[in-house]
Amino acid sequence: MKYLDEYRDSTLAEQLSQRIHKATKHNWTIMEVCGGQTHSILQYGLEDLLPETIELLHGPGCPVCVTPLELIDKAVAIASRQDVIFCSFGDMLRVPGSQNDLLGVKAQGFDVRIVYSPLDCLAIAKNNPDKQVVFFAVGFETTAPANAMSVRQAKTLGLGNFSILTSHVTVPPVITSILQSVDNRVQAFLGPGHVCSVMGWKQYEAISNHYKIPIVITGFEPTDLLEGILRCVLQLEAGEYKVENQYARAVEKEGNKVARTVVEEVFDVSDRMWRGLGSIPKSGYKLSYDYADFDAERIFQLETISAEEPAICISGQILRGLKKPHECPAFANMCTPETPLGATMVSSEGTCAAYYKYGRIGQTK
Amino acid sequence: MCLAIPGLIESIYVQDNINMAKVNFGGVKRATCLAYVPHAKAGDYVLVHVGFALSVINEQEAQSTLKVLKDIGELDEI
Ligand code: SF4
Repeated sequence: MKYLDEYRDSTLAEQLSQRIHKATKHNWTIMEVCGGQTHSILQYGLEDLLPETIELLHGPGCPVCVTPLELIDKAVAIASRQDVIFCSFGDMLRVPGSQNDLLGVKAQGFDVRIVYSPLDCLAIAKNNPDKQVVFFAVGFETTAPANAMSVRQAKTLGLGNFSILTSHVTVPPVITSILQSVDNRVQAFLGPGHVCSVMGWKQYEAISNHYKIPIVITGFEPTDLLEGILRCVLQLEAGEYKVENQYARAVEKEGNKVARTVVEEVFDVSDRMWRGLGSIPKSGYKLSYDYADFDAERIFQLETISAEEPAICISGQILRGLKKPHECPAFANMCTPETPLGATMVSSEGTCAAYYKYGRIGQTK
Repeated sequence: MCLAIPGLIESIYVQDNINMAKVNFGGVKRATCLAYVPHAKAGDYVLVHVGFALSVINEQEAQSTLKVLKDIGELDEI
C-alpha cells in the first residue's frame, strides 16, 4: 500500500526517537486523543522509544468504549425482536450490556448482522420489506458522514423500514471537559487525524488558544506518532502553543466540506452521555427534525433501563488520563477482554484492552 | 473504530445515484462510496472509513512529510 511502509520505517522511527530525546529537557505529559493512536502506540512499543520524562496519557477517543451501558441495553432489546434485523459494526457485538450482549442475542437465534458499511443496511432493508432494519450508529466525527449518508439515502429511496440507534460522540467537547477539570494533567494533545480529515482543525485553534496548550493533529503510523510527539515537545520546551498539522497528506484545515454539509443536514448537536465520564454538553449528534422518522429510539419507544457500572472500575479516571490500567485492582484478573467490567476494556482500542493485549500488565509508566 | 485505511481506486460506477468505486486495499477489493470525494478519480489513493472515502491522499504532502523525516535523521548525523 502506498506510503505505508515508509511511514513504518524503523530507521526513521529510531532517528525521530533520538531527536525527541535531544529536544526533551523537562517532564511532560502528552495525551493522544484517539483510541486508534493508543492502539498503534502500544502495538509498535513507541513508549519504549521515548525518554522517561515524557508520559503518554491515553485519551477517551474510543466510541465503542464510551457508548453508555444503557444504550447497549437498548440495542439488545431492539435486536431481541422477531420483526427486526439488527445491523452493527463488528466491534459492538461483544460489548456487554447489563444482562446480555448482541452476540448473545444472535446466539439465541435473532437476526443480528455485522455490516462493513452503513450503506449495506439499505440493501438489507430493500430485500426485507416485512422487517424493520435497525443500524447501531456509533462513532466519532469520522463515522458520522457515513451514517448520515445512509439515513439521507433511505429517505431519498423512500425506505420506511430503516432506522438508526444513535450514539454519536464528538471530540472537541470532551477535550475541553478534560482541560476544565481541576485535576487535569494533560499538557499537550496529539489531535485525532481521521476525525480532522472530516471536520478540519479550526475548532482546535480556539481550544489551543484558550487553554494555552499545544495540539498537533497526528496520523496513525509509527513515524506519524513520533513526529507528532516531537512537535509537541518542541512547542512545550519553547513555551509555545498552537495547532500544527502533522497529517497533512490526509487532513486539510477546512476538513471535508461535502461531508460536513451532509452531517449538518442530518444531525443536530446534542448533549451526550459518555460511559465512564457522564454527560458532556453538546458532545454528540442526534437526528435532526427532518430525519426524526429514522430514529430507532422513537420507533421502538423503549423504557429507560437504569444500568449500573461496577464500583471497582476506574475507567473514568483512565479516560481522563489520571490513572493507568495497572492502578485498577481488577485489571487482568477480574477484568479481561473476555470478561470486561468497564469502558476501557470493552474494545481493542480501549486503553485497558490495549495494555492487556500488548502484555503491559505490570507496566508502571 | 475511527481508523481509516488507504486504498487505490480501480474503477468508478454509479449506484442509486451515488458515485461508488471498486477500491483495492493491498489485494482486498471493496465497494466504496465516493460521495464525499467528488473529485477523486481512478488511480487516486483515498482514505476509507466504514465504506466511505473521506479524503484523497495528497501525494505531494505525503512526500514532503517523508522528506522532513529523512532530513531530521541527516541532521542528527552531522
Ligand atoms: S481494568 Fe477493567 S475494571 Fe479496571 S479500569 Fe480497566 S475496564 Fe475498568
